[in-house]
Amino acid sequence: MLFRADAGPRPAVGDPGDTDPPPAVLVEDVTVHYGAVHALDRASLTLAPGRVCGLVGMNGSGKSTLFKTVMGLVRPDSGRVEIDGLSPQQARRRGVVGYVPQSEDVDWAFPVSVRDVVMMGRYGRQNLVRRATAADRAAVDEALERVELTALADRQIGALSGGQRKRAFVARGIAQQASVLLLDEPFAGVDKRSEATISRLLRELAADPDAPRTVLVSTHDLHGLPQLCDEAVLLMRKVLMHGPPETVLRPEPLALAFGLDVLSDHRGPDPADDREDGR
Amino acid sequence: MTVWEWLAEPWSYDFMIRATVTTVVAAALCALLSCWLVLIGWSLMGDAVSHAVLPGVVLAYVVGAPFALGALIFGLIAVTLIGAVRSTSRVKEDAAIGIVFTTLFALGLVLISVTPSQTDLNHILFGNLLGVGDEDVLQVLVLAVLAGAILLVKRRDLTLFAFDPTHAHAIGLSPRRLSALLLGLLALTSVVALQAVGVVLVVAMLIIPGATAYLLTDRFGRMLLISPIIAVACSVIGIVASFWLDASSGAMVVLTQGIVYALVHLFAPRRGLISTASARRRRTRATAAATAGVGTATQPLR
Ligand SMILES: Nc1ncnc2c1ncn2[C@@H]1O[C@H](COP(=O)(O)OP(=O)(O)OP(=O)(O)O)[C@@H](O)[C@H]1O
Ligand SMILES: [Mg+2]
Repeated sequence: MLFRADAGPRPAVGDPGDTDPPPAVLVEDVTVHYGAVHALDRASLTLAPGRVCGLVGMNGSGKSTLFKTVMGLVRPDSGRVEIDGLSPQQARRRGVVGYVPQSEDVDWAFPVSVRDVVMMGRYGRQNLVRRATAADRAAVDEALERVELTALADRQIGALSGGQRKRAFVARGIAQQASVLLLDEPFAGVDKRSEATISRLLRELAADPDAPRTVLVSTHDLHGLPQLCDEAVLLMRKVLMHGPPETVLRPEPLALAFGLDVLSDHRGPDPADDREDGR
Repeated sequence: MTVWEWLAEPWSYDFMIRATVTTVVAAALCALLSCWLVLIGWSLMGDAVSHAVLPGVVLAYVVGAPFALGALIFGLIAVTLIGAVRSTSRVKEDAAIGIVFTTLFALGLVLISVTPSQTDLNHILFGNLLGVGDEDVLQVLVLAVLAGAILLVKRRDLTLFAFDPTHAHAIGLSPRRLSALLLGLLALTSVVALQAVGVVLVVAMLIIPGATAYLLTDRFGRMLLISPIIAVACSVIGIVASFWLDASSGAMVVLTQGIVYALVHLFAPRRGLISTASARRRRTRATAAATAGVGTATQPLR
């Protein structure tokens, strides 16, 4: 699983373990500029279905840009993006990609309830006026149940705690039946307990035998990474490293991505006490 | 004179009925649209487009085309120019909006001043409710029903666009098309409303009712009901008042809306200044009583 992005082109489907299904997320040699700013430089990333992948890198390393590229919000100068073997546009039409926005991108005073927000996940499957059917309502109830927000469903979205707000948006992705979930810094401003709850929820969603989801999470919490992820990506305009969290979180790669001073702060968690069952 | 007579007498005149129908319809449409404008933060955009349609309306008058067509074209020009000014210079959006709409508005004023038959055209600026003819009423009705129907059919998409355009994009909708739709409807609505209150005051009807409703509810669906109800009530009250005070009708309607906003701002059940202040007083007292200083009820941060 461990490889360096600059080790030359890789075949699209060739990672050990996944032979038949197309990768859930394929980013190949993607370069993105914002005017003069070089945000991504030939970044490549392949994720197999049902994996949870943590995206780490310092501020401005291109994490949000990578998300935007996968969603087709930013058009890369060069390179290729595929989701479940589909072009980003086809994937969007089919509602394959669910997105949990960064907190500062949301107007928390907007007059919608938690249930309204989750129902927005269903819009892609509804008729012109987005009239909710019984199936839509059932899917929304189920999603709320799954993230344990049923009791708060009729609250205004801003009347939730930071962790609950994140779960509400995850519920929207569940109701959408998205098979790829993108979460941009879901743990910012969330306490350790809520973070653990969200991590557990994401792991369950990925491991769901009926509908395995692929989860890509950007985070600055290196210590929580091994509990959350099957694999981790170190980003610094390009993908510096992609592999199991314990490997990526060793001091040397981190120093590469964050600058040398990180060696004294983040020694990386001890892999021995962070393993979960079944991995 | 009884209150009933006081209310009823204005309707014995045909011109008053036409004026009221026009105002009520325009106010209701503006009020619907204002719910989205207020939430997206497009109030200034409403100001801009409603002013920028002026040259379009004047030119339409000159060549004998429908006002709505001229307004749509110039609404579009305004939006395009605003985008261009912002993205090709370091000027921020509010300045870009200010530059473009005042310039277009000035162009409209120049066109009015050089076009013969000035009396008619000055009504575009301040409205001329009492001179509304039957064809005007018909035009307002047709445009308002059209714009209102599109707004209601597309209401959930527009709300999604207002709340989370990224998600709209992610599920295959086009935020760009939705924003274009909203701006087009804004131009159309401006034409409808300028018959009633004139170009200068349209923006009030595009902001005040939505803002008032926003203070009264946490549900967007209810905003879409409360906002037009308030606007329609204010229209009727404003017109009756203007009849008896012999005051400008459009201005009276807007003044009524402003007063209602002020009342709601002060006295709204949960968000009004009075009720939040007394809730704070209650909390302070409760905190003072609980000498240990624990167990203070906290409200969710917003
Ligand atoms: N809209 C934009 N216009 C111009 N430059 C941008 C834009 N968005 C991002 N950038 C630049 O692109 C680079 C990558 O930004 P990006 O937001 O992807 O970083 P990030 O890894 O998400 O950072 P953070 O951890 O702070 O969220 C940065 O240098 C940023 O300044
Ligand atoms: Mg970011």
